[in-house]
Formats: sequence, C-alpha cells, structure tokens
Amino acid sequence: MTNHWVDIKNANVIIVMGGNAAEAHPCGFKWVTEAKAHNKATFIVVDPRFTRSASVADLYAPLRTGTDIAFLGGVINYLLSSDKIQHDYVKAYTNAPFIVAAGYGFDDGLFSGYDAAGRKYDKASWAYEMGLDGYARVDETLQHPRCVLQLLKTHYSRYTPEMVSAICGTPKETFLKVCEAIATTSVPNRTLTFMYALGWTQHSVGSQMIRTAAMVQLLLGNMGMAGGGMNALRGHSNIQGLTDLGLLSDLLPGYLTMPREQETDYQGYIDKRALKPLRPGQMSYWQNYAKFHVSLMKAWFGDAATRENNWCYDWLPKLDKVYDVLQVFELMHQGKLNGYFCQGFNPLAAFPHKAKIGAALAKLKYLVVIDPLATETSCFWENYGDLNDVNPATIQTEVIRLPSTCFAEENGSLTNSGRWLQWHYKGAEPPGEAKPDADIIAGIFLKLRELYQKEGGVFPDPILNLTWNYRIPRSPSAQELAMEYNGRAIADLPDPKDPTKVLVQKGQQLDGFAQLRDDGTTACGCWIYSGAWTEKGNMMARRDNSDPSGLGNTLGWAFAWPANRRILYNRASCDPSGKPWDPKRRLIGWDGSKWSGVDVPDFKPDVPPGDAMDPFIMLPEGVGRLFALDKMAEGPFPEHYEPFETPIDTNLLHPKVISNPAARVFKGDLEAFGKGTAFPYAATTYRLTEHFHFWTKHTGLAAIMQPEQFVEISEELAREKGIKVGDKVKVSSPRGFIKAVAVVTRRIRPLQVGGKTVHHVGIPLHWGFTGVARRGYLANILTPFVGDANTQTPEFKSFLVNIEKIS
Amino acid sequence: MALQSLDIIRRSATTTPSPGQRKTPEVAKLIDVTKCIGCKACQVACMEWNDTRDRIGTNHGVLDNPVDLTADSWTVMRFAEVVTERGLEWLIRKDGCMHCADPGCLKACPAPGAVVQYASGIVDFHEENCIGCGYCITGCPFNIPRLSPKDSKVYKCTLCSDRVVAGVEPACAKTCPTGAIVFGTKEDMLRHAEERIGELKERGFARAGLYDPKGVGGTHVMYVLHHADKPELYSGLPKDPAIGPAVELWKGAAKPLAALGLALVGAGAFFHYVTKGPNEVSGEIEKEFDDEK
Ligand code: SF4
Repeated sequence: MTNHWVDIKNANVIIVMGGNAAEAHPCGFKWVTEAKAHNKATFIVVDPRFTRSASVADLYAPLRTGTDIAFLGGVINYLLSSDKIQHDYVKAYTNAPFIVAAGYGFDDGLFSGYDAAGRKYDKASWAYEMGLDGYARVDETLQHPRCVLQLLKTHYSRYTPEMVSAICGTPKETFLKVCEAIATTSVPNRTLTFMYALGWTQHSVGSQMIRTAAMVQLLLGNMGMAGGGMNALRGHSNIQGLTDLGLLSDLLPGYLTMPREQETDYQGYIDKRALKPLRPGQMSYWQNYAKFHVSLMKAWFGDAATRENNWCYDWLPKLDKVYDVLQVFELMHQGKLNGYFCQGFNPLAAFPHKAKIGAALAKLKYLVVIDPLATETSCFWENYGDLNDVNPATIQTEVIRLPSTCFAEENGSLTNSGRWLQWHYKGAEPPGEAKPDADIIAGIFLKLRELYQKEGGVFPDPILNLTWNYRIPRSPSAQELAMEYNGRAIADLPDPKDPTKVLVQKGQQLDGFAQLRDDGTTACGCWIYSGAWTEKGNMMARRDNSDPSGLGNTLGWAFAWPANRRILYNRASCDPSGKPWDPKRRLIGWDGSKWSGVDVPDFKPDVPPGDAMDPFIMLPEGVGRLFALDKMAEGPFPEHYEPFETPIDTNLLHPKVISNPAARVFKGDLEAFGKGTAFPYAATTYRLTEHFHFWTKHTGLAAIMQPEQFVEISEELAREKGIKVGDKVKVSSPRGFIKAVAVVTRRIRPLQVGGKTVHHVGIPLHWGFTGVARRGYLANILTPFVGDANTQTPEFKSFLVNIEKIS
Repeated sequence: MALQSLDIIRRSATTTPSPGQRKTPEVAKLIDVTKCIGCKACQVACMEWNDTRDRIGTNHGVLDNPVDLTADSWTVMRFAEVVTERGLEWLIRKDGCMHCADPGCLKACPAPGAVVQYASGIVDFHEENCIGCGYCITGCPFNIPRLSPKDSKVYKCTLCSDRVVAGVEPACAKTCPTGAIVFGTKEDMLRHAEERIGELKERGFARAGLYDPKGVGGTHVMYVLHHADKPELYSGLPKDPAIGPAVELWKGAAKPLAALGLALVGAGAFFHYVTKGPNEVSGEIEKEFDDEK
C-alpha cells in the first residue's frame, strides 16, 4: 500500500477491483465501512462476480476476467477526453511534459523493438529525449507531439466506451457510471482509492493492470494524498514482510537487487543502480544505493567484508535468469534439480498445473518441507485416488518433514499491507517437536558450516564467514534478528554537520537509514527496516494510537517503513508552492525552515517549496511516470492483451497480437493452452471468506463454515448444461479435472463480448487432500503454467474450462 | 444457561412471583444488514464462546453453511439473491433468536422455569428444566429453537447472557469486523438505528427502516433493513410475526385452566420422562396439550 488500512476511511470514492476486500480482508474492510458512514464515500466494485464486497457496494460493474486494462484504459480515455484530470498536479508531478525519444512507437499491438523469436523487446527506444545538458527534455506547454501526455492521449483514444464494453462485457452505461464517479475525484479536495489484490497480480498482464490504475491516480492527483494511493491488500499476514526482506529470487533485502551474470564488476553494479538525476536539482534517492548495499554486506559478513574485496561482492550469486517459482519447477520437471527446501508454502497446491508440479517433485532426490501443517506437498507421493492419482512405488524422492511453529507460537513482527511492522508476543507453546523456523534454519546452517570446516569445499567462504553472533547460536531470537535488520554503528559515526561530534557511538543501534554509510562503518540487514529497533528500543511494539489530525496517521503506533512514514509520496499532497491541495487533508507542510506535520515528510526535509526538487524522490526524474520507460517487460504504456487462454480466441484491438507478447512461455506449454472450442468457458480461481488459502481446511471451525468444494456458475449456463443447484459437476481443462458441487447463482452472469456470450465458471480454491474439511481437488489442477511477464506471478485468474454434470 | 444472576421477570409455566430486587436496563442487539458482508465471523465467535461445534457438513449448492440452525449452530448467515428495482442484491441476514419482548417460546413452554426472560429482555433457556417437548419450537414465530438429538433439550442463542451479566457485549458483536452488530441499551440502539436509517435514505434506500416487530411486543435483536417494507426478501423474515393462536389461547383466554393444565403437563412430563425417556414425551404431551384446548 502506498497508504495504509486506516487511511481508507479518508477516501471519497473507493474502488475494489482485482480484489474482494470484504471477503478476503474482512477486518481491514471496516475502513471502507467507515468511509461510507463518516465520509459519505461512494463504494464501487468491478469484478467478474458479484462478490460479498459487491453486496455492500453503491455500484457494481461486471467485467470479463482478464480485461481490466481495457476497462482502466477506457477510464484514462474518458478522463482525458472529458478533461477530468487535475491539471496542476499532472503538469508538476508527472512525466506528462517529458518528451519521448523519436524512435518510440506502437503499432497494431506491438511497441517498437519487438523480437518475435525471443518473445521480448529491445527497449532502447522506450526512453526520454535527452538534452545536451544531460537531462531529459520537457515541454511545459504539453503540446509537443511526442510529450508523454500527447502520446498517452493517442494510445488510449482506441479505448472508447464501445470498445471497453465489447472487450470487457461491461454494459456501456455501467462503465460510464464508474467513469463519472472516478472523475469526481479530479478536483483537489476529493480522493479515490484503489484496493486490489491477487485479482490483479495473477494475470499474464497483472503488473500492467496495476500500472494502469496507478496512472489513473496520477491523472487525478490522488497519489500522496490522504484517502488516495494504490493499495495492494496483501494476503498472508506477513507477505509484505517476505517481499521487504528480499525473499524473491532476484531481490536482496529492502528491494536491493541481485547482480546479473554479466555484472562481475562491483562498481558497475553500484553505478547502474545509483541512478543519476534526470532533471536539474532532482534528488534521485537511489544514489544512496551503495550505503544500503555495503551496510547489508557488513551485516552479513562482518569483518570479512572490506573495501579491498569490494565488500565481498564476489560472494553474491550472479543470476543468469530469474529463478521464480515457475522457472524452478520447470527446471525440476526437466530433472535438473536434486533437492528442494520448501519452507512455509505448499507448491503442489499453490502453483499452477498440479500434475506438472507433482511430476517435478517426483524427480527430486530429496524434498524438505518446513511447515506447521501436513501439507499436500509433503504428501505428494501418496495416492488419494482421483485427488492425487500417483503411484508411490515409482516415486523415489525422500521427503523430510520439519514441523515448525505458527505465528502465534513465537515472538516477532508481522508487516501488514500498510507497511506497519507490528510486534507480537508468543501466545502458546508449540505442540510436539515443532520448532521456530529460525531454529530450524540455524540448525541446518550450523551443521553445514561444521561440514565445510571439517571437509572444506569448492567455495566455503560465504558459509564460513557468515555473521552468526546470536546468544544461542542454534536459536537466534526474534529480538536479535530485528536488531540486526535495524542496523548499528560499527565505528563511532561523526556528525556530518560537525565532524568533531559523534552522532552514533560504536555498537549503538541506528536511528534510521539516513545514518547508513558506504565506508563499512555501519551494518544493516534491511535498510528500509532501519528505525524499527533503535537505541530507544522496539519501535514495532509501540501502541500509542493517538491521532491528533483525525486522519488516522498514528505515528506512535508500531513502526512503518520507510522511516515511520505512513503515506508514501506525501510531498505530493501539497502543491509546488507548499500549500496542501486540500487543507482538510494536511499531511505535511513547510514551517519556514523544514517540512513537518502529521506524517514523516517523504522529501528532503530542508528543501523549501518552489525548489526544483520534485516529490517522487525515488525516481531520477522526480515525478510520477505515466510513461514507464524501459521498466516494464511489455511496454511503456499498458496495453490490453487477452489471457493466454481466451474464450474469444482473438484480441478485438489487434487480432494479430492476442496475448502478452513478452510473457515467458516454456516449451510445450504454449501448445498445451486450451482453446475456446474445446474449453468454452472463462474460469477464475478465488478465495472465500470462510477459509485462508490451503491452511484453514485443517481447522474444525473453518471447515464447519465451508465444508465442501464447490464451483459457481450462472443460472443461464446451468440451464444450458442441465445442471441444477447442488448437482455434482466435473470441471476440466487441458491439464486435468476437478469434481465439485454446483452453486448456481445470479451473482455470475453471462457477458456479451464482441458479439459472443461468455460464461464464467468460478472456482474457489480451498480444498485439497489433507486437513479436516471434506476432501477435494486442488483447484490448481486446472490452471495454466504461465505468469506475468514482469513478476512471473501465475495466471490463476483467467483460463479456460469445460463443465459437465456428473450423472 | 442457569448460571447467571440476571434479574428474571418471567419464567415458563410458573405462577410464583419472579425475583425483581434490582433494576437492569433493557438491552438490544442491533444487526445492520446493510453493513453485513456475510463473513461468518459471528458464527465462528458464537461457537467459540459457547463451546459448541456443529458437524462438518456438506455443500448444498449455496454458500449458507451450516445450512440451518442446529442445537450447535445458534446463529447462521442466510444469503438471499434478489432482484429489486436496484438490480441484483445479495441480502445477507444473520439469523438467530430475536429475544422477543413477548416470547412465544416462553408462553408455549410447559416445563416450569425452562424458559426465562430477564429484566434486560433476554430470553434464555434453562436446559436443566427442559423436558424436550418441543413446544417452544411451535411457539416461536421465527422458527429458532432446535432440539438436540444428543440430549433432547432445546438450544438457541442466549444473547450471551453469561457475557452480558458481566458487562460485556455478546461474542458476535465483539467479533463483527464491520460493526454490523452493535449492542447496548434498547434505547441507545433505537437511536443508533434511526441515524443509520437516515444515512441509508440519503444513499437512495427510500424504504430503509427498522425491524422491531410489534406483533411480539418488539424484539431485543433488531435489524436495520434496506427494504424494511419487504422483510420477506431477507430469507423469509416474517413481515408481521405473532404468537400462534393456539399458544395465545393457552396462555390468554384459557388462563384459569392454564394453571391447572401446567400442573398436569408438568407432572405428566415428569412421569413420562422417567418411565419412557425424553423422546416419547413430546407426543404424549402434545396430546395432553390438545386435550387442554
Ligand atoms: S461478523 Fe458481522 S459482517 Fe460478518 S457475517 Fe456476522 S454480522 Fe455480518
């Protein structure tokens, strides 16, 4: 979230799209209720299904699954053509005036630089036109034919209400009603918030769906504002913490990035990331990259990391490609992996094309599962009839289960969607032999180090030199780990304003990442978490909820990264002269000498209004990007591409380019995608309020609330297929089938798409072959093995199936 | 639920005066159906607090689960898909005991002290006095009490009388994430409802209103409805609930006889219970009841 849960109450218009907050985030949803009750907010839901969120919405718009870019592109077109944008904001705080290089183009579904054989782009032309002074050129009049605003207008002029309706199946009047509501927030004193979740991320164009909405927010002047922003609702209570700490294969902690194969030179690695400002006087905060990186390496390798050895740069793995989960299971399936450690997740259930995942696991020599539950993955070799039809005799994988504690059985912090690190205390002792994950990993590490010490090895250095100064080495405490993330001074740190004074003494905890150095005098395990455990103690455990402004920015409650800031880009809540766009939502202001207010300013605190420095300090141009340059795989402007399995087998905007041309598809998978002829129905998987993922089927109460697997279809489809309420049905895709009870509902309706009727089949995913709920089929038996071109998040939300009554 | 020391104002089949030393304010639970998202957190909280566990059932082609009230499920969410002038609406109502001011169950109950009403308005079953006859089920205009196949006693929502006596709100109200369930004095709840109805009318729900039906003297569980003119839309919430004529006759016009009848029924029940066990009782009692009329 750029904002946070409580801030939702400040919105005037709330759109839940690509998510189902009432159902999947019922507790956070209370802030929608608050906004409706106390802010008279209009609440809109856009979804293929009339969800529990829709049941309390003022306006519901149906759309075909996977067509959100068409819908939102239509919104952009509406805002631009009816002149409902916040002009001053767009001009000052977005790259609308920036001039794009002459080589850039878009034609018939493809951007300039496409390499069809490699399914990727040469992105050189997706760039600004640079001036002789080394800065990007801008046209403040916004008239230049190649300025971003003009290109944006042209690009989205194709997304007319008629086109939106034809692609999405949304009735035109309903679409226009949504547009009108959105457009009311283009004035400075009204804001819109987008709340989204996996309904946007789990598409082959998921990242671009999110970008399109972010662009809408920039055009409306809603970024950085209380009650505005782009708000990703994270699923697992600590999944935000997972990404923050760099647990994705191409990330290091704090969104630092792993070096690539060709990046053998340390300085080159740093320079590429320490982005130079693209405009005069701009900040470009990533110029501090080396400080964060060196401090990380000092935290990991201590004295072994020196300037001479480039802070152990050579010890970091260099990626030849991204090892996302699809890639890893593809390699496993090819027999190229020996062993797999699976900690806290359940790939057999959670990844697409279950048959392929199971076959891949069967090729391993060993599989280690660290989990509080007996997951399907840890039982992948057991035969459960149709549910898991394998022959244990032919599977040689050795499976080792290491039972771990669950969150309530340990101390620690969870990072919520709003980036708050909230400390919690152990509520119960773990059962049986269960151990905290940190103890399990520590045990494995200590044994490994012992082996390297005894027997040596090809490359023992990173293991032998890893810092491990925990009081009980086999059981690092949550406090020790948190203090390590926060960072401390390794030597006395002089005050930059007066070098005769010491700012932080050697050994002390740092106050925040502003104190980090690139000279090896600071160590910090995750720069964005710096400030969470300072000399003053555990900031995450703070519980002061006083809220002087009434805007819900409780700076004394827990700790929010970065720097305890609650609303990102909050400098943009004031106009260039420093006045809040809306005095009622004053987050920060200039007091004559510095920025201050009810939030921590997202800006250099002593740079006065009117200075050339612009609010988006993490970007080298200082302004929000309507044009994404080369940052996205499939283009600088989001374009509607069909899901890889599309019920219409074409793309109404450009029939020659149907699906995401830059998405990675593995050999054999492209051919195996379903076609509308054999699998005529659009399917989507989702969660229900009664369950959490594949976990709560292990608990009795949740199982009572929703005991048995079902699928949802419209009354019309049910009639066509002779299916009645409560009948057993078989749903199949090219990858397999599931059997479930049919829920026949008016909440799913047939949509008219390009002159064709498209039916949806809704597939809740909570059942499996372990647990106390009634046994069911893993929904991912059906889903295709392809992901978003940028993140590789699998396309769980849009694929094709057939459905038949079981007689 | 006989553990509390709440002030009792009425007891089933009892003629001796009820204790009334103290003053307890009348309470109410207000369920704002227009805010409810059907998350069932209240269902779970109810089972957790009351330590009941229903069986892990099956799916019946609807999202409602458990699909009906049982002796273990004292509240269930009922989901209704209706098409109104506003288009498709998904009306989700938390069903359970309404705690009528004029409780049909209590009036119908022939077992002395099995059904009581506290000064707070809460209607509670004291299962230790229950004879398993099931008359309360017939007497209830909302079809709420459920006979347990395990012990042949009747169970229903207690409005968490054991929590309320300790000054805390019912478990469902405590748990509800959207604030759709609120609890307080009946007076405060009426005021709160009025505010909410005003807001709903502003939002275009011209027929929004309160459900506090007069036919049962008003209730201590009330609903805010978007379509107060059509309560039946909400999975058959009765429009004008009233206590059945048989029960009214039994307790009203036939009052002089009733006292005698009570004694007979009570004695008969006891006799049958010890000789034949609970299951056979109800049929016999029914006959006696009919004979009385
Ligand atoms: S807890 Fe509240 S919102 Fe959830 S189902 Fe119950 S009444 Fe509705």
